[in-house]
Amino acid sequence: MAFKLIINGEETIVDVEPAMPLLWVLRDELGLTGTKFGCGIAACGACTVHVNGVATRTCVLPVEAVDGAEITTIEGLGKNGLHPVQQAWIEHQVPQCGYCQSGMIMSVVSLLDNTGNPTDEELNQAVTNVCRCGTYQKVRAAVDSLKQS
Amino acid sequence: MGKLTRRTFLISGAMLGGGALFGFIATPNRLGIRRSSSKQEAWLATWVNIAADNKITVLVPHAEMGQGTHTALPMMLAEEMEADWSMVQMQQAPAESIYAVGDMIKGFLADGLDVPAVFQRHTDYSFYKIASLMNMQITGGSGSVRFTGQAGMRRAGAAAKEMLIRAAAENWQVSVDECEAKLSQVFHHASGRSSSYGELAEQAASYEPPLHPVLKKKEDYTICGKPIFRFDTPAKVVGMQNYGIDIQLPGMKYAAIRHAPVFGGSAVSFDKSGIANGKGIETVVKLADSVVVIADNYWRAKTALSDLSVEFSDGEHGDFNSNNLFVEFTKALSSADIEVDFEQGEAGKELSSAAEIFSADYSVPFLAHATMEPMNCTAYFHDGILEIWTGTQDLLGARAFAAEVAELDFEKVIVHPVQLGGGFGRRLPTTGNYIEDAVRVAMQVSYPVKLIWSREEDMQHDYYRPAVQSQFKAILNSEGQPQLWHNVYTDIGINDDTAAAFTPYAIPHQSISRVELETPVPVSYWRSVEHSSQGFFLESFIDELAHKAEKDPFSYRLSLLKQQPRFAAALVQAAKNIGWEKNLPKGHGLGIAIKESFGTIVAQAVEVSLDDKDNLKIHRVSAVVDPGEVINPEIARSQIEGGIIYGLTAALFGKISVEKGRVIQSNFPDYQVLKLSGTPEIDVAFIESGERIGGMGEVGLPPIAAAVCNAIYAASGRRIRQLPLIDQNFNILA
Repeated sequence: MAFKLIINGEETIVDVEPAMPLLWVLRDELGLTGTKFGCGIAACGACTVHVNGVATRTCVLPVEAVDGAEITTIEGLGKNGLHPVQQAWIEHQVPQCGYCQSGMIMSVVSLLDNTGNPTDEELNQAVTNVCRCGTYQKVRAAVDSLKQS
Repeated sequence: MGKLTRRTFLISGAMLGGGALFGFIATPNRLGIRRSSSKQEAWLATWVNIAADNKITVLVPHAEMGQGTHTALPMMLAEEMEADWSMVQMQQAPAESIYAVGDMIKGFLADGLDVPAVFQRHTDYSFYKIASLMNMQITGGSGSVRFTGQAGMRRAGAAAKEMLIRAAAENWQVSVDECEAKLSQVFHHASGRSSSYGELAEQAASYEPPLHPVLKKKEDYTICGKPIFRFDTPAKVVGMQNYGIDIQLPGMKYAAIRHAPVFGGSAVSFDKSGIANGKGIETVVKLADSVVVIADNYWRAKTALSDLSVEFSDGEHGDFNSNNLFVEFTKALSSADIEVDFEQGEAGKELSSAAEIFSADYSVPFLAHATMEPMNCTAYFHDGILEIWTGTQDLLGARAFAAEVAELDFEKVIVHPVQLGGGFGRRLPTTGNYIEDAVRVAMQVSYPVKLIWSREEDMQHDYYRPAVQSQFKAILNSEGQPQLWHNVYTDIGINDDTAAAFTPYAIPHQSISRVELETPVPVSYWRSVEHSSQGFFLESFIDELAHKAEKDPFSYRLSLLKQQPRFAAALVQAAKNIGWEKNLPKGHGLGIAIKESFGTIVAQAVEVSLDDKDNLKIHRVSAVVDPGEVINPEIARSQIEGGIIYGLTAALFGKISVEKGRVIQSNFPDYQVLKLSGTPEIDVAFIESGERIGGMGEVGLPPIAAAVCNAIYAASGRRIRQLPLIDQNFNILA
């Protein structure tokens, strides 16, 4: 079945089973490997992208549910120069192995889009991505540096 | 990424440009520095290349798995070489024997440590030869900086600098003593002349390298000790870092795997009638202990696999239960069949004559690694050559292992280096079941196959941190000081460094021993290895003794560390940083612990709180780290924070249980991990004592469990002797 997705601003038609999760459409059908597979049950957040501007886990999200949607992946986030969150990630040297960071960054961008000045509690609630290297403290420091004073 | 072959490796090497190629290699008979020529293949023998345009490329033999070695090692070489850091770049060294990491073995021996079992295959050659013979390019033991960096990278950089200065001095017909190297240039101040490294490189390369180059003094450092940005960050924030799982090859297919659920079980048969007409399904392959579905997309392969009916046999271990193992442990600890690793004074005599013996048993469970990137390997067998792409902590070892599995000559196997989405000890050749699966599949098909384990397979077919039980007995004198320290613990394997169980405290009579047992659960190295359990045991029990003696646990430790000034200094600083004497709110408690591992001493003080509903919160961790010297404080801080988070996750939630030979936990909901919300505030301070440089990647972990449990005791009077805490009726926010 054909589905229309607007991926990083470009209209893309994919002909796949309706149940195929968006993650595998992005990775295996379109070669956009910046979005990662971590758990397959939407528990870790490594597969987070923006669907119509909202941070969404894609490993259990059937492509039929996002037909016609605007999808932004980590590759699209900094298309016109680094996003301020990506810059803050470099300034604070956040990533270690880096595997979870695409999803982490997409979650943080979505939070800051909604709430320019999130409280610690709002950050805790919104960014529930798993990082096994333990970058959390630097994630928090980088987010703090982006808050609107 | 295109198809890479051995041939293109060599060509890309040549494309690094002309100029000098300096490498430190140790020959079988002597440790020395050998210049390599600039022929196409010669770059393989080098660690640094200077191009005519002054660009300096450092080849790093170790794997990058987040620990920052791809930045720290070039810093060490560039420092000694007086290189202009803005012109330095890094390249991962390939899986070639010349990059065997002999300094790792040498380092362990120089430290008077036992060489870990994974290293022990040959000991009668010099270290490089050993590493080369063993096909060892291992990244582990927190050893990249302290061994390869210290003994290799620094010397190579210093030698290169001396050769470049000599070239300039000869051109100018002045003494080398009148010349100075700085920022990739050699200066002759008296005449105002200067030459760039790029200009001098070719001439310098014609000299025999000095055997004993002079290393810089720490006070003259301009690169080491600075929080220099990592090379790999920019790619990692835009999704462009290529991990094993991201490999794409022309004609590549995707594979999903299901292993026999019981350890040692096998795959008997499968019925593919249910999936025969599935879209994109290529074939089903049966291996000895698993079945694999290959398709044109991973999701299709995985979906078909879950619909596939497979018959597995349980083998011999279908009755194994990890709860019973702890019963067996308790029995074994009172048996006479013990191996004594350390004895001092008259421990046996003291014990039999004592009026009051204080004793306690501790235990920790099996743990999975759960790297964020699930196990995966891409393999392609064509034209008699096997190519593999996979994250591995030992490129050469993986190559030798793949060759063995495929029954091919070592020379017929190519391993392409990729970034690891986490290692923590999971991605060693001795734990290469994910490589073996992919290789066996690739040998049966004509196209490249990317085999990805699901998270459930990753968690249930890991090689686990061993479960351990430890039994202590102690006797205190009338002042409450310990006179006897008697400890016996269970050893089911992966216990190379028995000194991990030794105590730093001044106790006159000691006996430290273990009982060896076997289990069907595969075990392996897990971040900080033995120290992960011993840190919890040793530092909890000494805390118990302090309370028994009615002494402050910090002062009590300090009174027993008079002969250990580095330990004492770290402990004092950690207590100060947390505010040991401060007034605490109701329900709060402070705990402290200290552990040396991998040549680095780490003290941690922790503040926790417990309310009347047993809600446990970890508020703050103050870590003080004495690694002798810090190469990159920002990377080092990340490693300590990371070690604390990994260890805290284990202490709070970590447990792998086995019932009927099967691992129960399967994914992050039932193998819970710490997230942003549960992460305490962590402050990290370094003491640069100037002692021999220690490791960083693992050392933050060992003290944390005890520090937390000691704080819980201070807050509530509850002594925790068994991990994880989630099983001890606490409510814990992840």
